[in-house]
Amino acid sequence: MPSEKRGEMVELAGKDSLKSIPHKILEEAYKAGAASDEERAGTFFHIDTSTVYSRVNELFKGKVELMDIKVALQKYQWLSDYMWSAVPREGDAFTRRVAEDFSGGYFLRILPDAEVTFPLQSCMVITQENLEQRLHNIIIAEENSKAHLITSCLQHSTVTSATHIGVTEIYVKRGAYLNSTMVHQWREESMVRPRSAAIINENGTFVSNYICLRPVRDVQMYPVAYCMGEGSKAIFNSILYGHRNTFMDIGSKAILEGRESRAEMISRAVTREGSKIIVRGSIEGNGQDCKGHLECKGLILDDESFLQSIPELTARSKSIEITHEAAVGRISEKEIVYLMTRKLSREQAVSLIIRGFMDAGIMGLPETLSDEINRIIDIAAKV
Amino acid sequence: MYLLEVADLKVKVENRIILDGVSFGLKSGEIHILFGPNGSGKTTLIGTIIGLPTYEVVSGRILFMGEDITGKSVDERAKFGIGVGFQNPPEIAGVKLGDLLKFCLGKSLEDEFSEEEMRLIEAFRLKDFLKRETHVGFSGGERKRSEILQLLFLKPKVLLLDEPDSGVDVESLKIIAGEIQRYIESSGASALIITHKGDILEYVNAKYGCVLLNGKIHCFTDPKHVYEDIKREGYEGCIKCQVKSEEKW
Ligand SMILES: Nc1ncnc2c1ncn2[C@@H]1O[C@H](COP(=O)(O)OP(=O)(O)OP(=O)(O)O)[C@@H](O)[C@H]1O
Ligand SMILES: [Mg+2]
Repeated sequence: MPSEKRGEMVELAGKDSLKSIPHKILEEAYKAGAASDEERAGTFFHIDTSTVYSRVNELFKGKVELMDIKVALQKYQWLSDYMWSAVPREGDAFTRRVAEDFSGGYFLRILPDAEVTFPLQSCMVITQENLEQRLHNIIIAEENSKAHLITSCLQHSTVTSATHIGVTEIYVKRGAYLNSTMVHQWREESMVRPRSAAIINENGTFVSNYICLRPVRDVQMYPVAYCMGEGSKAIFNSILYGHRNTFMDIGSKAILEGRESRAEMISRAVTREGSKIIVRGSIEGNGQDCKGHLECKGLILDDESFLQSIPELTARSKSIEITHEAAVGRISEKEIVYLMTRKLSREQAVSLIIRGFMDAGIMGLPETLSDEINRIIDIAAKV
Repeated sequence: MYLLEVADLKVKVENRIILDGVSFGLKSGEIHILFGPNGSGKTTLIGTIIGLPTYEVVSGRILFMGEDITGKSVDERAKFGIGVGFQNPPEIAGVKLGDLLKFCLGKSLEDEFSEEEMRLIEAFRLKDFLKRETHVGFSGGERKRSEILQLLFLKPKVLLLDEPDSGVDVESLKIIAGEIQRYIESSGASALIITHKGDILEYVNAKYGCVLLNGKIHCFTDPKHVYEDIKREGYEGCIKCQVKSEEKW
């Protein structure tokens, strides 16, 4: 095997500045959407098997705690109660592997009543060939807090093959709002198994946005949101772009237990160049007066690719109202030709429509965040 | 010399002949009005000239500045300078109107609109629509205003306008038609305007009016006269009077 195929080891210079992180990795992190300034409320870098950088900006002291999970577990006895409370330890082979041994992960806690306007960001990076990265993250959004989190997971461009298993457990307390965006930028030979679950209490809202635009060998995940509290809400949005033989099996599940709890799921999937995407969505209405809506739209661009939408709606009470809307198929020829009358070539028209199809606008996020996500999509779509 | 010339055009849609030998020519600076009942093939004619795949040319030719463009693709025709304002433009989800307008102007997305461009956007009352997805949730009149503004930004040599006035309020019509007239005067472009109504004739200086009926074009005379005739005699009655101008239309 040629030597440049092997990943470079990362030298850790210290944990107090982003400058301690090798330039190349930072650059790739920016490409994956990480913001380049240090003005963020909190920034966390886990590279391969160690936490390299973890800092909460002075401005946000007293609002947010962000640290390595292993450090946090030593600091807070009570934290162990949150380990494996949302995601089952024995869930599958991957959760068992993380339970056996993991290299780290982040513990993020948004303190009661705190409001964080800048998105917090975390980056999970793989730089070693054939590494199996195992992480365990815990997020606690304390009562009446409000925050945005952007997590970028990426792989150094010299690494071709790696495995990432990330367990993330999310607790949204009463009246809290947590908006979590995950951007995956893996490489063609990566296998990725995120395992996450959220427990949402009374009037809490959990928004999960998932964006995967770079080719990847195999991603499979099926995060679950348990809407336990009255008036709790779970929203899942995903933008999936499968090209160059990507395989993605992406689902999301909401279990509505609390009275008047809500779930919304919106996904956009584009598949081409021999890629295969399965989009699952399941909303289970158990409590009184629960409502849910699931929307899946997909474009397939060639005969070598595959696209499947599998919605599942379950009701266990006559007060339940759950709906769904799905469409898979070709790009509208009418739209392409229309844009061609505006002097765009067919290729330009197709990419503009695809770009529009994947626009963060579908996510109904506040403008700053949706601009941020669009910036990420633009960067990723150019690579 | 004609900017645009259509010669004995026969066009099929879904295996049915819709245009059965249509001929006309447009010269620089001229505006022509095309009337005709619903379903007579007016939209088909415009769609065929720009090259939409729905319309199959059975025979005849389309010439742009003397060059046969019958076999050219839609974007090539647009780049030559043929611009269409559609009767029913589609929604383009996720594509902001502001971005699309920049594409029409040949700008890149980072570029700003010039003062003159902003003036037009404001005149068309579309400033608040720049960040909205193109035509998604637009009212009928808003869609029309967007369509004509895009067309003007494309700076075409020939404007093909399919009912630019339908569903448009009185004030907007005055603005839209006024800007079309201004553009034609200043650029020497020409226009073919499809309409069912006479109001637009108050604002544009149209040379000829004609009627598309039974796959053919009839009557070549003052558009106000044609419109009054249609109102009085109906389309069939109108074409019976056989008033024709000497010039080939
Ligand atoms: N895609 C299509 N499939 C089948 N028939 C079509 C299609 N497009 C047009 N036609 C038919 O061709 C004929 C001409 O349609 P066209 O749209 O050109 O009429 P028009 O003169 O523009 O009418 P209007 O005044 O109502 O806009 C109509 O009978 C119409 O139903
Ligand atoms: Mg029509």
